[in-house]
Amino acid sequence: MKRSLTLAILLALSLAPAARAASEADYKAAYAAAETASREAAGMRNQWTVTVSALAAAKKAGDGGDFDRAVSAAKEAEALAKASIVQATSEKEAWKAMEIR
Amino acid sequence: MKARTALLLGSLSAALVAFALTSPRVVAADKVDPVADAKAFQNFFFRKFPDVKHEDFVNGPYSMNADMKRQWQEKEEFPPYEFALDAGKEMFATRFKNGKTYADCFPNGGIGIRQNYPYFDTTEGKVVTLELALNRCREANGEAPYSYVKDEMASLTAYMAFTSRGKPMDIKIPDDPRALAAFENGKRYFYTRRGQLNFSCASCHVQSPGERIRAEILAPALGILNAMPIYRSEWSGMGTTSRRFITCNSQTRAVPLEPQADEYRDVEYFLSYVANGLPISGPGARP
Repeated sequence: MKRSLTLAILLALSLAPAARAASEADYKAAYAAAETASREAAGMRNQWTVTVSALAAAKKAGDGGDFDRAVSAAKEAEALAKASIVQATSEKEAWKAMEIR
Repeated sequence: MKARTALLLGSLSAALVAFALTSPRVVAADKVDPVADAKAFQNFFFRKFPDVKHEDFVNGPYSMNADMKRQWQEKEEFPPYEFALDAGKEMFATRFKNGKTYADCFPNGGIGIRQNYPYFDTTEGKVVTLELALNRCREANGEAPYSYVKDEMASLTAYMAFTSRGKPMDIKIPDDPRALAAFENGKRYFYTRRGQLNFSCASCHVQSPGERIRAEILAPALGILNAMPIYRSEWSGMGTTSRRFITCNSQTRAVPLEPQADEYRDVEYFLSYVANGLPISGPGARP
């Protein structure tokens, strides 16, 4: 019983996802995705200042070799850019609800 | 059988009457009607603030708060925009290198005409603001354009506004579908939420005038441009209409557009038109 419990713990530990440091490739992929979303938002004339700041922070961290921080900032920039796209899309009609008539 | 036919005919007639009553509303909602929009816009503020004199809306937050108004009236004895006004007057009279002046570019020599800006240029098919017209005047006379957000432009427009004080805003919308489209585009821009804070211009200046946002009292949208340009204590200096739009965008965490972008020109057209009849009060002073 004691032996099988030890084995089970070892097995569970071996299956647990190992925390892996982000690589340069991870950063480049995350940054490219964020940049694409950001460009789309800018094309809709609805860029957010916080998206620009997060993208700049990702680039700075990436250039400095801190890929964990760079990936995290790039993902934040992508999420912000996507939110601004949703806002611009919904506001195409939603603005009418605010109009004084 | 007769009863069934009568019932059927009755229902049909009722449906037709209902359709006839509702269909004009549907059509009206889609039609661009600046006159009706301006009337509704003004009535909204007149009803919301029945104690505010109509011509007082152009004084922004001071029309909403008696204490602030008293302080501002005292400040007007030695207004903070006075230096800009003097500079603007001098700049306006100074000749360009070719010997001409700003007066050569504007009707009535540029004096007492602020209330007619912005206007819709039917040749260009776009809205022309006073700031844009001033820079076009400079370029046409071989001078470099001024920054739309800095002191020189604010000084020039301050002087031109001062010569027009008290004149009722008088913006025309010509019978041109492009002018109506510009008005509608300006209206859309005014009511559209943007930035991470999800604010539209109307969130502050229609829904919350008179309320505090941090330490400031929000100005009503009605007549908000009649006081431009303004000296802002927060800026420790003068600000143009362009600067005001850009700052508003940044405050909602939206990346501002370029000065004199079509959207800014159109929203200036919309806001000025709905303030028709209210006096020019610029240059103004704000906290």
